[in-house]
Amino acid sequence: MSNPTGLRYAPTHEWAKLEGDVVTVGVTAFAVEQLTEPTYLELKPVGTPLNPGDKLGVIESYKSTSDLYAPVAGTIVERNEPLVDDGKRKGDPKPVNDDAFGAGWMVKIRLAPGATLDHLLTAEQYDQQLASEGH
Amino acid sequence: MSANRRTPLYQWHVDHKARMVPFGGWEMPVQYTGIGPEHKAVRSAAGLFDISHMARVSFGGPGALALLEKVFTNSVATMKDGQVRYGLVCKDDGGILDDVLVYKWPYGFAAVINASNREKILAWLDAHRGGLDVQIQDQTFDTTMIAVQGPKSVDLVAGLFAADVSGLKYYYAAPTRYKDKGCVVSRTGYTGEDGFEVMVPNALGVTLWDEFVARGAVPCGLGARDTLRLEAAMPLYGHELNEQTDPIHAGLGWAVKLDKGAFIGRDAIQAATADTQKPVRIGLEIDGKRAAREGCAITDADGAPGGTVTSGSLCPWLDKSLAMGYVAPRVAAPGTALDVDVRGTKLPATVVPLPFYKRKK
Repeated sequence: MSNPTGLRYAPTHEWAKLEGDVVTVGVTAFAVEQLTEPTYLELKPVGTPLNPGDKLGVIESYKSTSDLYAPVAGTIVERNEPLVDDGKRKGDPKPVNDDAFGAGWMVKIRLAPGATLDHLLTAEQYDQQLASEGH
Repeated sequence: MSANRRTPLYQWHVDHKARMVPFGGWEMPVQYTGIGPEHKAVRSAAGLFDISHMARVSFGGPGALALLEKVFTNSVATMKDGQVRYGLVCKDDGGILDDVLVYKWPYGFAAVINASNREKILAWLDAHRGGLDVQIQDQTFDTTMIAVQGPKSVDLVAGLFAADVSGLKYYYAAPTRYKDKGCVVSRTGYTGEDGFEVMVPNALGVTLWDEFVARGAVPCGLGARDTLRLEAAMPLYGHELNEQTDPIHAGLGWAVKLDKGAFIGRDAIQAATADTQKPVRIGLEIDGKRAAREGCAITDADGAPGGTVTSGSLCPWLDKSLAMGYVAPRVAAPGTALDVDVRGTKLPATVVPLPFYKRKK
């Protein structure tokens, strides 16, 4: 399993990719493997303000239910709608399983003024975290 | 880090990229390709499970029958040679110590016990053998146990064993030979499908497993085993069953023979049949795709406490969010509308009859 070097990582297994002042957020392939294949994804609505560590949503698999956490400070400006289940429309989170770092992205967050990604791990540091946890 | 035991198939699992997890003191595969595809393979064709972690104990000697009748809720004396019977081992107060399968042979008996309860049950048997002349042998580490489950499993066992096991009746077993070594094949399982469970000497474990795979059986992990047994509404020790649950309220009264004579827990279980207040095991179908997990609170239409979920998941074959749990008898009737609190969100649910899934005969 390789974690792309252009991204930053939260210890809770979310990845973050900065383009301009918008950060695309998903979960790592390692997190997906731990979950087993996702069956349900719930995300906070567009417009929700977040601080790092705030609950961003919930992801479920046949095996378990896990919270998702915001890696950065900002406001949700877009969601990957086809993946999301909002109770009325039934999304399919399969792309999270198939392409965690690409088509499986979850939200785009516009960075709050002055906010950065500096507190997040580099790919190398995240690899080290996984290795130290015995993976 | 405590060292978990490894089955003779451990290296096979690792070599085939299974994700390994600790379970009941063993390191076991939770999935290979995915719980969904593995689950569906069992329902539509055939799946293969390493169940070598299950404890296997043999009983010999003239006192074996008397000891089993004393500790087992179901009748043993009425079993025919080759028959397999499900039942409970209970405490004096009716609390369930384990759910087990007992096998009857012309020369004695055997039992298959849950992995996590192995030492507890061995100690219980030892404590209650009294002056009975019985030899109890733990054979867990001598054999490899493999389950092949699904509608195609009867084709997969054809020609593998010295005896033609395809004619075995459900819940019967036969001693036979595999590659000229003694083995046992039973028509049993824990998935709601037709299938077989095979015990072979460890030296032949990987050989038999490979042969099943070559014949088209899909290797399945504990993850699919759990969703399959949930869909089939089979209780799991540590979830639906524990030392605080009794067989009657667990819905397992059919596995208790109150009229067979004295056995440990008999009086308490008899009293439990008259207890109309204690929570009972029910099935729930939950609106939407969110899963209710163990521990989720169940409330009635007025928001009053109704009970607790013991197992729940989105189930791959029925593609529904299903759960089992215990609720007060007043809200246990099929059709009753309830709510399940899933991490702070109240999801509407309906009590449905068990099992959720029943295979076509």
